[in-house]
Amino acid sequence: MELQAVLMAAGGGSRMTDLTYNTPKPMLPVGNKPLMWYPLNLLERVGFEEVIVITTKEVQKMMSTDPKMKQEVKMKLDVVCIQEDGDMGTADALRYIQQKIKTDVLVVSCDLISDVALHEVVDLFRAHNATLAMLMSKAHEFTETVPGQKGKKKTAEQRDFVGVDQSGKRLLFMANEADLEDGLSVRKSILRKHPRMHIKTGLVDAHLYCLKKAVVDFLTENKSISSIRGELVPLLVRKQFSKTLSKQKMKDDSEDQTQKKNDELLISSRDESLLQLAQERSCWNDHHGDMSEAYHGGKLRCYVHIMDQGLCYRVNTLAAYIEANRLVSQLLSLRCSCMSLFFSFTINIAMNVQLKCLCSIQGSVICSNAVIGRGADLKYCLVGSGQRIEPEGEKRQNKQAEIKLGSEISVLNFFSIQ
Amino acid sequence: MIFFKEVILGFRYWVIASGWCFFRRNVNDRQDDIERAKTEGKELTKEEKQRLRKEKKQQKKNKEKKDEKASQGSEKEKKSGSLAAAAPQPPAKSTTVKTPSAVPAPAPVSVPSSLEAPAPVDKPSKTKAELKAERRARQEAERASKPGKKGEPGQQAASGKQKAPPSELQPVIKRLPEHIQVDNPDVLKKLAKKLERQQIPLRLDYGYKVSLFSHLHQYSRKAPLTQQLSIPSTVIHPAVVRLGLQYSQGIVAGSNARSVALLHAFKQVIRDYITPPNEELSRDLVNKLKPYISFLNQCRPLSASMGNAIKYVKKEISNISSQCKEEEAKSKLLNCIEWYIKEKIILAAKAIAESSIEKINNEDVILVYGCSSLVNHILFEAFEKGRKFRVIVVDSRPRLEGREALRRLVQRGISCTYVLISAVSYILPEVSKVFLGAHALLANGYVMSRVGTSQIALVARAFNVPVLVCCETYKFCERVQTDSFVSNELDDPDDLMVTRNGKTQLESWQEVPSLGLLNLVYDVTPPDFVDLVITELGMIPCTSVPVVLRVKNVDQ
Repeated sequence: MELQAVLMAAGGGSRMTDLTYNTPKPMLPVGNKPLMWYPLNLLERVGFEEVIVITTKEVQKMMSTDPKMKQEVKMKLDVVCIQEDGDMGTADALRYIQQKIKTDVLVVSCDLISDVALHEVVDLFRAHNATLAMLMSKAHEFTETVPGQKGKKKTAEQRDFVGVDQSGKRLLFMANEADLEDGLSVRKSILRKHPRMHIKTGLVDAHLYCLKKAVVDFLTENKSISSIRGELVPLLVRKQFSKTLSKQKMKDDSEDQTQKKNDELLISSRDESLLQLAQERSCWNDHHGDMSEAYHGGKLRCYVHIMDQGLCYRVNTLAAYIEANRLVSQLLSLRCSCMSLFFSFTINIAMNVQLKCLCSIQGSVICSNAVIGRGADLKYCLVGSGQRIEPEGEKRQNKQAEIKLGSEISVLNFFSIQ
Repeated sequence: MIFFKEVILGFRYWVIASGWCFFRRNVNDRQDDIERAKTEGKELTKEEKQRLRKEKKQQKKNKEKKDEKASQGSEKEKKSGSLAAAAPQPPAKSTTVKTPSAVPAPAPVSVPSSLEAPAPVDKPSKTKAELKAERRARQEAERASKPGKKGEPGQQAASGKQKAPPSELQPVIKRLPEHIQVDNPDVLKKLAKKLERQQIPLRLDYGYKVSLFSHLHQYSRKAPLTQQLSIPSTVIHPAVVRLGLQYSQGIVAGSNARSVALLHAFKQVIRDYITPPNEELSRDLVNKLKPYISFLNQCRPLSASMGNAIKYVKKEISNISSQCKEEEAKSKLLNCIEWYIKEKIILAAKAIAESSIEKINNEDVILVYGCSSLVNHILFEAFEKGRKFRVIVVDSRPRLEGREALRRLVQRGISCTYVLISAVSYILPEVSKVFLGAHALLANGYVMSRVGTSQIALVARAFNVPVLVCCETYKFCERVQTDSFVSNELDDPDDLMVTRNGKTQLESWQEVPSLGLLNLVYDVTPPDFVDLVITELGMIPCTSVPVVLRVKNVDQ
């Protein structure tokens, strides 16, 4: 077996508490499907037959009752439940399922909505025998504003600084603005090996990682690492250029220990000598202009695939959620998925929706069992399941989208209702 | 044009004459063995049966030769014309194995259409029809008399040449390999069907192909085969997928590197292999390897060295006795592979280095082309033994492999000069000898190597500089080729685009209807330009390659 897929669906959705106080994040409806359907669909399309899903008991219950999950997901889902307390990070979760992992692993987050060609990421992982391969995307501006926020106020996003080499594939540097107190400092060893580095800040991390099995074993030894994105990935990126990897120094015990730790990551396949021989005899080098061999002799390599075009959203904020709803009908109409009704290209209506006369619906997503009252004019709204929109109701002039979830009939905002 | 054909014909005569004598002698010697075997009641071995059949064929031919002396004139020209096209074609290939090296295969082949095509148009059609009818009649007769005709392609080539005497019109039953018939839609359909059966995606050709090379595949590096495979690849072993990717992206390039990487992948496959119930390892494993080889072929056409390595592995697998337990068999196979690499690649390189050091003198100026792992190895060894020489590295676009050779040589401390191939006639007066690497050595003594090698050899001959080709014997191929057109490899044409100062001139080359980009990979150097071939069996002239091949076949 080449790769095992792991879906991390235990996240809390801490940045969209308005929505997640009732429904857990993986089961939030996006375009009439639960959020975790999208990464599962991506994996299924590409050819995976089994996925290990790490989630909470609540989500597991909801999954088993949701018809969509049962019908449309044909893969075998191996659900692993963890505690709801929220202390477990993604790396802790990987450590938890270490026994199930027999080969290299592809970690996906449940909030990824994307139509990426996964082979691009996995090809980097395979061809260069990389330890880590990840997916990033150029960030798109969110066009619509978030209801409940006045004006286009940008939240203070913590930027990610990502350094890639000339070809745009090799990952040289990764740091979050929060960790850089004094400023961005780049090690000389990196610059000596890669004199031209492109540092990008406008990238969205898709939280899709291909990791070697040795990394999972490494995690079991180093119990202090708890988050893949926050700690493991920057550590691996730094380790590419770590001195102890390139030179064999066994001075004292402390050196010994770090050496051992590093060696674990470098657990190589059998017949490493043959691979070495092949590389020696091959007339290929990944860089030109200096005297070192391919990959500068480094065994640990991290690669990134940066998507220019195509859809890649992480639904972890309200704005992202709205945007995703809007675009998801585009995403789904590209494939032949069975949607119950389509009035126009950009709306999305589920089963059992009652539409009274004189309605005008545009750019909206309407979940199942909703009732749209007489004469309603919905533009870019998201109507939750079981909601009712009463006609001749309140007239609010705010230009915001409406979001209704749960069983209350509370209305946040209307665009225009007659 | 006609003069050229006559020259070729003359050459064929000479080759046939020498070959014939040798063949006759062989037959006479072995006749005794066959008689002995028959009387002793033992079953004739495969080789003896082959020899018997060939003998009968020869006797038949002699008879027919006398019959057909009448219709010499027109047939001579026709035959020469057809042979000029037929000779460069590699002799009979089996359908199952797509490797360019010859495998003794049952050859119920039909006369290829190309045999009739090159016939001069002004020939009266009456002769053609006559010949066709005769050919068919003879074919029927032969088929009736000899069931299961098996012939070594080498012998068949020889017998093909023996048909050159104008009076002969033996049915030249040769099959063109599929990889050089890309412009034939039937062949493509067959290939598609075969790949579908093996569950391997078909890789589509890309871009406009120059008409002279439209019979070859041309793929784009941006459309890898993995696009159409499922991601945790189940049909193809992950080591083979990785290898295919590395081939198509050029990460593993060079004849030796590709063979070593291939054998490494095969080792993984063998390790992970589990014999299904009711199956024998010796047969099932070979069948398992077939789709992998097709996959690798789709990623990048196999090299001659890879073909020979595959042949060896398949032979070893089929030689596993059925009594062997699985673990034992697997470890035996792994050892065989390791032995092959050790002996044919590593030790061979060592032996070649030792013999070449005698040819390198102090104060020599050595010219090398591109990055040949063997030539580099020789230079490293010579430098370490204390010879004082300097190297001129000649490079060519688009691969610019010379940069890598330059880096390796300079890293060892050898003083180098670097030029592009356009300056080779400028730099040659300084050069004392030329060392070239080879991708394969063909059975007629031609050297197949990176495109540009024949140019270097030609200019060196013009300047009277000795050209030495270094090649291990496992790269010797039983194919015969006299030009670089018939069988070659077309690389991605987009590699020829270069961006300078932010501008790429050839960016929209596909939109210009009269423009075609050609990125050839190999070319063929005639043996007249090569002074010496250094192999681990010794230093031989180019024309002795068939002898080595024959010795190898006898050994096996």
